[in-house]
Amino acid sequence: MTEHSLKLSYPATDTALLSLKGDWTLGRAQIEWESLRQELEGRDDLREIRLDSQALGEWDSRLLTLLQNLSDFVADRQIALDISTLPDGARRLLKLARAVPEREGASRRQGGDSILHRLGAYALNAWNELLIFNTFVGELALSTGRLLVGRASFRGIDFVRFLQSAGPDALPIVSLIGVLVGAVLAFVGAVQLQMFGAEIYVANLVGLGSVREMGAMMTAIIMAGRTGSAYAAQLGTMQVNDEIDALKTFGISVMDFLVLPRTLALVLMLPLLTIWADVLAIIGGMLVGVLVLDITFLEYLIQTQESMDLGDVAVGLVKSLIFAVVIAMAGCLRGLQSGKNSSAVGNATTSATVTAILLIVVWDAITTILFNQLGI
Amino acid sequence: MAQSQPADEVANPVHIEVSDLTMAYGDFVIQRDLNFTIQRGDVFIIMGGSGCGKSTLLRHLIGLKSPAKGEVIYEGKSLWHLPPDERDDLLRRMGVLYQSGALWTSMTLAENIALPLQEYTALSREQIRELVSYKLSLVGLRGFEEYYPAEISGGMQKRAGLARAMALDPELLFFDEPSAGLDPVSARRLDDLILELNQSLGTTIVVVTHELASIFAIGNNSVFLDPEGKTMIASGDPNQLLKQSNDPKVRSFLTRGEESSETMRSGIV
Ligand SMILES: Nc1ncnc2c1ncn2[C@@H]1O[C@H](COP(=O)(O)OP(=O)(O)OP(=O)(O)O)[C@@H](O)[C@H]1O
Ligand SMILES: [Mg+2]
Repeated sequence: MTEHSLKLSYPATDTALLSLKGDWTLGRAQIEWESLRQELEGRDDLREIRLDSQALGEWDSRLLTLLQNLSDFVADRQIALDISTLPDGARRLLKLARAVPEREGASRRQGGDSILHRLGAYALNAWNELLIFNTFVGELALSTGRLLVGRASFRGIDFVRFLQSAGPDALPIVSLIGVLVGAVLAFVGAVQLQMFGAEIYVANLVGLGSVREMGAMMTAIIMAGRTGSAYAAQLGTMQVNDEIDALKTFGISVMDFLVLPRTLALVLMLPLLTIWADVLAIIGGMLVGVLVLDITFLEYLIQTQESMDLGDVAVGLVKSLIFAVVIAMAGCLRGLQSGKNSSAVGNATTSATVTAILLIVVWDAITTILFNQLGI
Repeated sequence: MAQSQPADEVANPVHIEVSDLTMAYGDFVIQRDLNFTIQRGDVFIIMGGSGCGKSTLLRHLIGLKSPAKGEVIYEGKSLWHLPPDERDDLLRRMGVLYQSGALWTSMTLAENIALPLQEYTALSREQIRELVSYKLSLVGLRGFEEYYPAEISGGMQKRAGLARAMALDPELLFFDEPSAGLDPVSARRLDDLILELNQSLGTTIVVVTHELASIFAIGNNSVFLDPEGKTMIASGDPNQLLKQSNDPKVRSFLTRGEESSETMRSGIV
């Protein structure tokens, strides 16, 4: 093993001689191409570069990258490159690497974009997203119309499967979260209300809070993580596998066949799940009320009943309908937008969940304010 | 179903005309100024080096991607200017075998093939079942009706994809690299099947392939795409091209680089 070195000399004013010495292997050679390039570039009248590799020891790709750089350098400048003294193997490999010229436009080296540039791109992108989402809503509406007049078709068995996974399969987790949310609301309320000796109003707080607000929202968030992301993964995988293209070439509408049954399943199931979550939240609150606050079971029940009317339940249901559409659309849209590789599918599921949760919170705020203003 | 054409339409020999087609992803042009025609009853080969845009061209022909410029014309009508109804009609008369097979993974093979039949024909359940098993036996997959795509091998998926592409007895079939991933014997059988469909049913067939053996065995017309010049550099019967073409790139491709390979290499001493 010998130290490598590179010596640059000028036997004539228009000729550079590069002497390679020692082992040129990946582990050791540390020659910086950049400094060599600057040195060579400094000589305007350079017409030929000769390589002298008589003292060259072992070599591997490290040597070839230098040669590659050199050949790129001379190709742009009409300088001759004499590599006749290189070992045969190195010459052949270099030839192979140069056999197919770099595809014009194929390399994607990017200059750092300025922050303004990126901000602009980001804004345009956001605006585009909004347009795309709107178009998607419109197409879904058309598709629903076709279903109503009996012109859209999907497979009944698929629909049943979607109903199953968006409904009964989600019951355990929705139940658990429902009870816990109710209990937490009760605890938080109790601490405040005990100061006034008004523990009984915990029932109002839990009842109204879950029926109007938390029931719909928590269920929607669970379903966004559970079902919305599953939709994105399903459609994304179909995209990767060209299955979506295959549908299109048969003239089968992707909207009717894939998006509509999934959306319908969620629209039917989410309100039911929401009611279930409401009931369990009330039970959760009741447990805390009865066991911790010494309210009797009957008192709590009557108080709950008096605190709300059907309108409050309806508010929660209307919200859950909106959330269902939002979750299904975000899942399906992101899945259909997915690129054709497995990491793109991963991104699609993540982005479906994030989009859905974001829209759920935004819509929750909008509807809450609206109902408030309307006095419902 | 969409087979029997009225006699006067069959008389029109030009099936697809591609005129001044430029294809691009965003600003990145893949191929420009493509001009060629596919005759009714042709076995038309799209060939060229890897990454030159063959699959992209196929996507343009089947209406999955819109041209950056130019037209794809079916029987005198531009694919992209047809009203949606007519376009769907046109699409229904073609079958496509994708590079990956692209079977719908949530359905069995039988359901895959039955779906287009259910959508577009008024056949009874029993008739559909018979048709499905006939199509599967054509590609040597009889008895696999109830298998899911994940339960069969890649080559079998490809053949099942072919059975699905043939479901509606299309008058035009597209294949993207049909023999990639098949063993030599199956590849050969597929070639025979393609020729058989072409000769007995008069189906027009468009094939993307680099298999030289297939190209010469089945093709009677072709277009050769060049990735560097980004346009077509040859067209016509591949057997004629082999004899007559003077273009070093075409010659090199058709002879597996054995002739003119030296002229292809760029000249460092
Ligand atoms: N979705 C896409 N977005 C951007 N560029 C793409 C996309 N798909 C393909 N390309 C580019 O288009 C070019 C042609 O791709 P295409 O898949 O048509 O090649 P091909 O001729 O079918 O190659 P192969 O023989 O390897 O299948 C490639 O250079 C590729 O980089
Ligand atoms: Mg391809």
